[in-house]
Amino acid sequence: MIRIAVVSGKGGTGKTMVTAALSRLLKGSIVLADCDVDAANLALVQSPRLLQTDPFMGMKAAVIDPNLCTACGACEEHCRFNAVDMDGEAYLINASRCEGCAVCTVVCPSDAVSMQPRQTGVILYSEVACGHLVHARLVPGAGNSGLLVHAVKKTALERDGDADKFLVDGPPGTGCPLISSVSGMNAVLVVTEPSVSGLHDLKRVITVCRQFRPKIFVVVNRYDLDLTHTKEIETYCREEGLALISRIPFDPAVIDAVRAGMPVTDLGASPASQVIRVLADDLEKELIHLGSR
Amino acid sequence: MKLAIASGKGGTGKSMVAANLAFTLAMDSPVSLVDCDVEEPNLHLFFPSDPITRDVTLPIPVIDELICTYCGKCGEFCQYGAISVLPKKILFFADLCHSCGGCTLVCPEKAIHEEPKRIGTLSVSTPLPGLKLVTGMLDTGSPLAVPIIHEVKKETSDDPIVILDTAPGTSCPVVEALEGCDACILVTESTPFGLHDLGLAADVVVRLGIPAGVIINRSDGKDEETLRFCEEHGLDVLLTIPFSREIASIQSRGDLLCRVQPEWQKEFRSLFVKSKLLAGVEL
Repeated sequence: MIRIAVVSGKGGTGKTMVTAALSRLLKGSIVLADCDVDAANLALVQSPRLLQTDPFMGMKAAVIDPNLCTACGACEEHCRFNAVDMDGEAYLINASRCEGCAVCTVVCPSDAVSMQPRQTGVILYSEVACGHLVHARLVPGAGNSGLLVHAVKKTALERDGDADKFLVDGPPGTGCPLISSVSGMNAVLVVTEPSVSGLHDLKRVITVCRQFRPKIFVVVNRYDLDLTHTKEIETYCREEGLALISRIPFDPAVIDAVRAGMPVTDLGASPASQVIRVLADDLEKELIHLGSR
Repeated sequence: MKLAIASGKGGTGKSMVAANLAFTLAMDSPVSLVDCDVEEPNLHLFFPSDPITRDVTLPIPVIDELICTYCGKCGEFCQYGAISVLPKKILFFADLCHSCGGCTLVCPEKAIHEEPKRIGTLSVSTPLPGLKLVTGMLDTGSPLAVPIIHEVKKETSDDPIVILDTAPGTSCPVVEALEGCDACILVTESTPFGLHDLGLAADVVVRLGIPAGVIINRSDGKDEETLRFCEEHGLDVLLTIPFSREIASIQSRGDLLCRVQPEWQKEFRSLFVKSKLLAGVEL
């Protein structure tokens, strides 16, 4: 199995659009995972048929028993996540701030605090055109998104471990969900945009990705909106020995396709879809090379 | 007045709105602009300046193996799997540590003390008269964004007008940035992706009890579904910014719409007045 993650650093550069198109164009059986779990959009352009829903249990959270609590304040004093609130005379845990460390259970002199399991999302398993899609819904505002990314990837590998390719739509950023998405992948496709922000964020996410030693490919999306920055990205890639594999033009057909709920390559010929088809072919050649390594 | 800019979906124009709003308001009165997107902060790119930068650290455990008896209580307690106690050796995985201090509390020999570990930086600068820019930046490879967001917010806690640019998504970094804010502007784009994530972000602000309004950015005129959503959810559309290659180009080269096209300043001043009304702040 060849494992590919699509990431970006900066948000909104076109990760999901590229992932959706590749899911239709890459050869062999594919299992898809949407690892942008707190703003998951891949399903919106995959027409999924939901097969199974499983609860996602995040870290346990502390719960204070009001009958045992003497309001001594030891939990509040020791909690480093400011997760203990005072509600009138009683202490209670702010579950969205609680990181599940259990320090409060140790310092409470009256054994009033216990750690309780909590559901912070669901994992969805669906049938899509290329095979299966694992996606998720995080309870808005909940923590543990890195843990949920891990669970989504694990579900995909357990259920569809025999697929030829594992294609992951990653989150923006460089923190815990991104690290969890990139870990264990053979290849990373970084979709960037020609802007000061796009280039700045590209450099940071590349630094993080490199720690996992995947083969890295760079895609410049909407490249023709700023040729000066496209050139700067090209120079950066050359200096860093990174493969700039595609330059996708700005194309209103992309928004039309998203509005129609499908990858742009399904909508018929358009400037962007032509370039993405070539990207898929080129990537396929590189991946075969990777597989034989 | 603490005003957050959020979106759910990435790349809808949060930083563009935050930067232009701060630029415009700073002409009249002191403004603090806070970059809470610490994984990929961008505001400093629009306001080049020489900042004063300091490290943001978290305390992590250091185990004195001369005192340690390898009893294993720290490893058993750690909820994050950051400590493994072997018969005659201790393995500590710093990247998994959440810095809760639990291991130091449970060690019966008091063999564990804490030392600071850098996870990122905090920079403060004055790029323009009246504008204080505070940027948090997570070190690449470090997973924990929330403690840095906490620090950057503390840096501006007493300032009169604070504009906070948040990370994309709806997870803990966004909640950390939003908590304690008086109002929130949700920046969206009129696509199914933008609308889906606007729904998630609206859910978060409702849960936190923060009044919110919406900006539709890069509008191509097909905004009906977004407008319908906003009406159904009682969200006022505060501003609509059309798609134009000219605006995209100003943004991509790191310039400011309100500097290049000063007629936009009026729109952003009016946006701020509407935000104050949302927050119930005296005009």
